[in-house]
Amino acid sequence: MNLHALYAIALRQFYLMRGSPTRVLPIFAWVAVDIVLWGFISRYLSGVSHGGPDFVATMLGAVLLWDFFSRVMQGVTTAFLEDVWSRNFLNLFASPLSVRSYLGGLVLTSVLASLVGLLVMLVLATGVFGLSFASYGLLLIPFMLVLFLFGIALGIFACAMVLRLGPASEWLVWPIPALLSPFAGVFYPLATLPPWMQAVGRALPPSYVFEGMRSVVAGDGVSSAALAAGLGLALLQIALACWLFSRVFKQAIRSGLLARYSAESVA
Amino acid sequence: MTTADPSLPAPVLTVRDLCKRYGDKRAVHDISFHVAPGEIVGLLGPNGAGKTTTINMVLGVLEPSAGRILIDGFDVSRQRRRALAATNFAAVYAPLPGNLTVEQNLRIFGLIYQVRSLQARIEALLEQFDLLAFRDTRCGLLSSGEQTRVCLAKALLNRPKLLLLDEPTASLDPATARDIREQIRRIANDDGGGILWTSHNMVEVEEVCDRVMIMSQGRVLLEGDPRTLAQEHRADSLEDLFVRLARDPANSAEQREAAR
Repeated sequence: MNLHALYAIALRQFYLMRGSPTRVLPIFAWVAVDIVLWGFISRYLSGVSHGGPDFVATMLGAVLLWDFFSRVMQGVTTAFLEDVWSRNFLNLFASPLSVRSYLGGLVLTSVLASLVGLLVMLVLATGVFGLSFASYGLLLIPFMLVLFLFGIALGIFACAMVLRLGPASEWLVWPIPALLSPFAGVFYPLATLPPWMQAVGRALPPSYVFEGMRSVVAGDGVSSAALAAGLGLALLQIALACWLFSRVFKQAIRSGLLARYSAESVA
Repeated sequence: MTTADPSLPAPVLTVRDLCKRYGDKRAVHDISFHVAPGEIVGLLGPNGAGKTTTINMVLGVLEPSAGRILIDGFDVSRQRRRALAATNFAAVYAPLPGNLTVEQNLRIFGLIYQVRSLQARIEALLEQFDLLAFRDTRCGLLSSGEQTRVCLAKALLNRPKLLLLDEPTASLDPATARDIREQIRRIANDDGGGILWTSHNMVEVEEVCDRVMIMSQGRVLLEGDPRTLAQEHRADSLEDLFVRLARDPANSAEQREAAR
């Protein structure tokens, strides 16, 4: 992987953000709205259910972690879409830039952007609504790692999809997290779902995180085997997403799609 | 077509038996040519002749159906990164991102091409292409002539051994076009890089190119010195020869074979 090229892709995104507040705002505005909304809902539910579950820890914690995953995914796809919008593929890929370095640059961009979003969410959730991560302890690290890796995998998968289907398929990218959330058991145990949805849920690494999170809040601890399964799945899915992107990229070179990408056609 | 003369320096671009098919349609059919260091080769042809398809294959963004492309000795399909590190391009249909400034674009592509002493190189190119006043201007706000100059500056960042220019003066006024032609001629003379240039402007081609190839329907029909080619083929001018070949490529090719 060429570190200069990786830096170039991340620097490009930094330049774009520095010169455009409309690009900076979405990094934290929507997650902040989510935290405020769910913060009040959690506070209300805790008030009406005396002695019931800790809604702030379970619901608000779940929203925060899910938004973190969504930000990571969108960090990758937004950086990719900047090249789609500015018709930059020919300039980029007629250069010594490798697919690996390009994807590495997208991931680096996403890491930096999602950390900003995470910081804003943490400040709001802990400062305003009293969410404490003390109950998770060090488990917060593997929880976030699994979500981060899955966000990267899904982001690369979404980039491959847009590269294959054309710029107009961009609208398919944005609802992906919402589409997956019912299966991932963000707010309820997987056992609540019908068997076929549970099967889908078990293929999604976040389901292991949210099951573990609820278990920790309930004081039951977490299965390290389940967490390892989530981590393994996320790594496998990153490898699969990279393979898919490379395959779509090679096909785009073979068919001529890359050279005439701005024509907005499905090959 | 031509093969490289062994007494001359190794070509910066060697294209051998290159073909591109889309299903049954042949976009490029069995073409071979080379570009020597310091040489400017014009690639002419009517719209749809296969010029841009050829350039895209040389740039590695389009896979040939058959044939081989070597840039500075590196095979584009097998040694893509090394081959593309030795080349660069400017084309009217590939402007630099309009939402970044001139200097930002040059810095980003300079990093991608791993240019040494990048800031000094950027400064030199800004001066060379009279872009100092626009360094902090977003490329999308520049006139087409200014954008062309930025694209040329980007194309020279890595001092390419092979420079591909796809109609670089198409959107320029005559005075700016003349300046750009002089700059490009100087690049070939001073830096020794080979240049493959497509254009529809025959006067420009005669002025700048050392050699031209005229393509039609995916084939190279004629090749030679642009200043003598028309006379050799009993045409009044290069433009007349071009029009004749564009209108009746099959007949022209037969006549050429018969003349041999």
